[in-house]
Amino acid sequence: MLSLILFIPVLGAMLLAFMPRQGENGLKTAAFGVSVVTFAVSVALWLGFNGGDDARYQFVQNMEWVPQLGIRYHLAVDGISLVLILLTTLLSAIAILASWTAVHERVKEYLIFLLLLETGMLGVFMARDLLLFYVFWEIMLLPMYFLIGIWGGPRRIYATIKFVLYTLVGSLLMLVAILYLYQVSATGGAPATFDLDTAFRVAPTLSSPTQLWLFLAFGLAFAIKVPMFPFHTWLPDAHVEAPTAGSVILAGVMLKMGTYGFLRFCMMLFPATSIRLAPYLILLGVIGIVYGALVALVQTDVKKLVAYSSVSHLGFVLLGMFALNQQGMQGAVLQMINHGLSTGGLFLMVGMIYARRHTREMKEVGGLWKVVPIFTLFFLIVTLSSIGLPGLNGFVGEFLILLGAFEAPSMRILTAVGATGVILGAAYMLWLFQRVLQGPLDNPENQKLTDLSLREIAVMVPLVALIFLIGIYPNFLLRQFDQSVSGIVARVASARQGINTEARRNLPVLEALKGAR
Amino acid sequence: MPTDFQMPPASDLIPLAPQLIVAVLGMVVLLADAISPKMSKRALANLTLIGLVAALVVQLGLKASPATVMQNMVIGDQYASFFNAVFLIGTILSVLLSVDFLAIEQIGHGEYYALLLLTTVGMMIMAAATDLIIVFLGLEVLSISLYILAGYARDRLASEEAAMKYFLLGSFASAFFLYGVALIYGATQSTNLIKIASQVAAGGAPSPLLIAGAALLVVGFGFKVAVVPFHIWTPDVYEGAPTSVTAFMSVGAKAAGFAAFLRVFSMALPGLGAESARVVALLSALTMVVGNFVAAVQTNIKRLLAYSSIAHAGYMMVGMVAAIYPNGDANRNEAIAAVLFYTLAYTVTNLGAFAVVMAFRRDGHELLELDDYAGLGLKYPALGAAMTLFMISLAGLPPTVGFLGKLYLFRAAVIAGHTPLVVVGVLTSVVSVYFYLAVIVRMYMVAPATESADGETAKPAVATSSGHLALGLGLAALATLLLGIWPGRVLDQAQNAWQAFSQAVARL
Repeated sequence: MLSLILFIPVLGAMLLAFMPRQGENGLKTAAFGVSVVTFAVSVALWLGFNGGDDARYQFVQNMEWVPQLGIRYHLAVDGISLVLILLTTLLSAIAILASWTAVHERVKEYLIFLLLLETGMLGVFMARDLLLFYVFWEIMLLPMYFLIGIWGGPRRIYATIKFVLYTLVGSLLMLVAILYLYQVSATGGAPATFDLDTAFRVAPTLSSPTQLWLFLAFGLAFAIKVPMFPFHTWLPDAHVEAPTAGSVILAGVMLKMGTYGFLRFCMMLFPATSIRLAPYLILLGVIGIVYGALVALVQTDVKKLVAYSSVSHLGFVLLGMFALNQQGMQGAVLQMINHGLSTGGLFLMVGMIYARRHTREMKEVGGLWKVVPIFTLFFLIVTLSSIGLPGLNGFVGEFLILLGAFEAPSMRILTAVGATGVILGAAYMLWLFQRVLQGPLDNPENQKLTDLSLREIAVMVPLVALIFLIGIYPNFLLRQFDQSVSGIVARVASARQGINTEARRNLPVLEALKGAR
Repeated sequence: MPTDFQMPPASDLIPLAPQLIVAVLGMVVLLADAISPKMSKRALANLTLIGLVAALVVQLGLKASPATVMQNMVIGDQYASFFNAVFLIGTILSVLLSVDFLAIEQIGHGEYYALLLLTTVGMMIMAAATDLIIVFLGLEVLSISLYILAGYARDRLASEEAAMKYFLLGSFASAFFLYGVALIYGATQSTNLIKIASQVAAGGAPSPLLIAGAALLVVGFGFKVAVVPFHIWTPDVYEGAPTSVTAFMSVGAKAAGFAAFLRVFSMALPGLGAESARVVALLSALTMVVGNFVAAVQTNIKRLLAYSSIAHAGYMMVGMVAAIYPNGDANRNEAIAAVLFYTLAYTVTNLGAFAVVMAFRRDGHELLELDDYAGLGLKYPALGAAMTLFMISLAGLPPTVGFLGKLYLFRAAVIAGHTPLVVVGVLTSVVSVYFYLAVIVRMYMVAPATESADGETAKPAVATSSGHLALGLGLAALATLLLGIWPGRVLDQAQNAWQAFSQAVARL
């Protein structure tokens, strides 16, 4: 079943390659059909997944790929992968639907790259073999490189090369770490393997400095992807230049690979080191929250504002994750989904403005609510979701994160600083809403704008429905990954017992912070 | 040298059958062209192709035997047969690439194919040699043919310069190599690799004579495979030589150099493991850094591929370091297999890249400036996709053979305990991604210039349509992709290469 989901997009891409270039609508319909089928199969996966079962990894597929090098084709999902897979298939379908009128040049290649990208992303969430994971991690890079580089804005080449090089520096060092883990996995006569379960067993037994280096090698790859302050500088460039669908996928799914990587690899492989480094990572997360929000406040380009808001929101995810307790981590995973929905939605709506006015400057627009009421309604809902209004999805995630972070040992002050991000978030988002939609409608060009078409409404409805659903009844999501999160928490907790005293030695940074204040 | 010389039995010729086929083929082609000068060059090329495919079939069908023949001078083991197959594949692809190119450039004399075949014989001798004298013999057959080929476009000044430069510096390198052989003979009273190995193993601490000899061999081989600091000739020769020759020598000469380099150092001089590994590791790091960084600022595609070829020599040296100082025999086996597999990966990928370069022309000239490639990927989707594939493979990204090859090399180096070198390798790989992607950037993301530098309207670049070239290109692309996804049997062949041989050495 997992292979089916994984390869439907590739097969679709091959199909598209043989279709005639002229029939633009035919190509788009075919690609959309493929992505909808993929989504439908992943919904079946969701229904078949048993969240309450203690067998956390389900739908296992395990066979040899390159036996000479110890690489296996091993796929499985747990609750965290599951919800991210659903997010991926949903956003991919939406992204294709959203490109209907925005892209008219080289439509065929565009759609092929989108579908290949989907396979790469799905593979990352499914792989249970370190090298297979790495292969998918790299494969998804190239379609995105082309999407930004060919269909992007004026500075697309700079942005796309920066995106690729940043990502590669991290991921190639991760490859060295993977090879190192492979080498030490040969214990007690067993042949070396890239299998993740073996790595989980072996990695925590390594010496503490070795673990630290390996954690940093993995962590750098993930930190760049998240992006964690100070590795975030590629993000605004990539987002601003990328076509709408690219931004949606980039923000909605690809950033989550970083946080997913921290959960699945850094924490599970090196629980003790995660405890040691948690304060520093939380510190960087909090800096990201505040810094991202402050920079977002001064943007005049709508897309840049949304891009920096991502830095801030992902900072929350890091904060929750490295609280290393049930609430924090649950909130973090939930917030990964929420960010995909709300920021994905925001990028879609920015794209809709751009399609009408060919500008993203806030001063060019204003007072739009009079001419585009349906657009305004959707924009309001997504904005409020991003702010974290109770009753919508963002609230549940942020609340859980702050709750968890507040309960983590000695993190209160940092959490309090991070919580100001909620206020700043409300400030820049409401300000954005005000400048785009409220105020006088004095620009004559804005007066004849058309409201959303049926297709555009169809793009937004699933997102908005999920925003409400998660806000009102988050349990339908939470119960799917509840067990998986407790598995990670339990693993970290058992490591904590061993090093409780050592962990306390890492407090000087925080003490220094207190002193400075 | 053995004084009790007797004629080796005729059965000794069996392991050498592929070499003999290619050598005879070379003479046949030479004669055919001399006897009937009217014979079309295309027919000559096809004859060459048929012969090469026959040699490849014989090579693959031949049962590899780990026993030396001809007075312990050569061997037809799995190692040699893997390399021979790589050489033959490389030559077949090169011939496919050359046919129409030579016709268009009007340098299609019949000797071309004969020289190509003789070069291949030289390579195959180097891979099979178990005696330093035979290594030298192969090296010279290879080199002298290549000197001529580099100057094959004799009415172009750059081509003449390339030949002259290659010849002068190559002769120096040969002299270094020969002097090294002499010193090693002085230290061990033998030029036979197995005897040298047992002498070194028995002799305790290595003598200064031996170390000096080994160092000179490194210089000689380093020149052939284009390792920094012996790489100075590479960009000029690659740029000046006719493109079809550049394509051929960039893969063939390098593979042959590594075939002998690796065999000499892991077979005859493993006793110097720790010392030579340090030197080779240093050269490897230097080569990766210089090759990649200098490639990043090139504006001419042939020079870019020349520096890229230097950089790839650096990556193969990573595998060599692991092979000569492996921290266990199993690891040596893996390291050697990794170098073998990488040679194949580089051969198909690089020839493919050159095929794309040779496919484009404008106004009767080759398209060599990077900026000339603007927009071509969109205009010619198939060529663009192929070039993208080759560049990704050279950069070492999945799902290509280049990725798997590099992974294999780095894996071997990590399990042999050379992790710092691997870190240098991956960081320089990031640099390499920059310039390989720069080619793709131009092909897909930059609009073609409508005016040339002197203000005239530029003629558009066109792709030549040639059946031979398309076939070569298609085969290279197929191999690049398929070997990256299902390397199966090929990896088995590479992994068996050294195992069988080391058992045989143990028996001697």
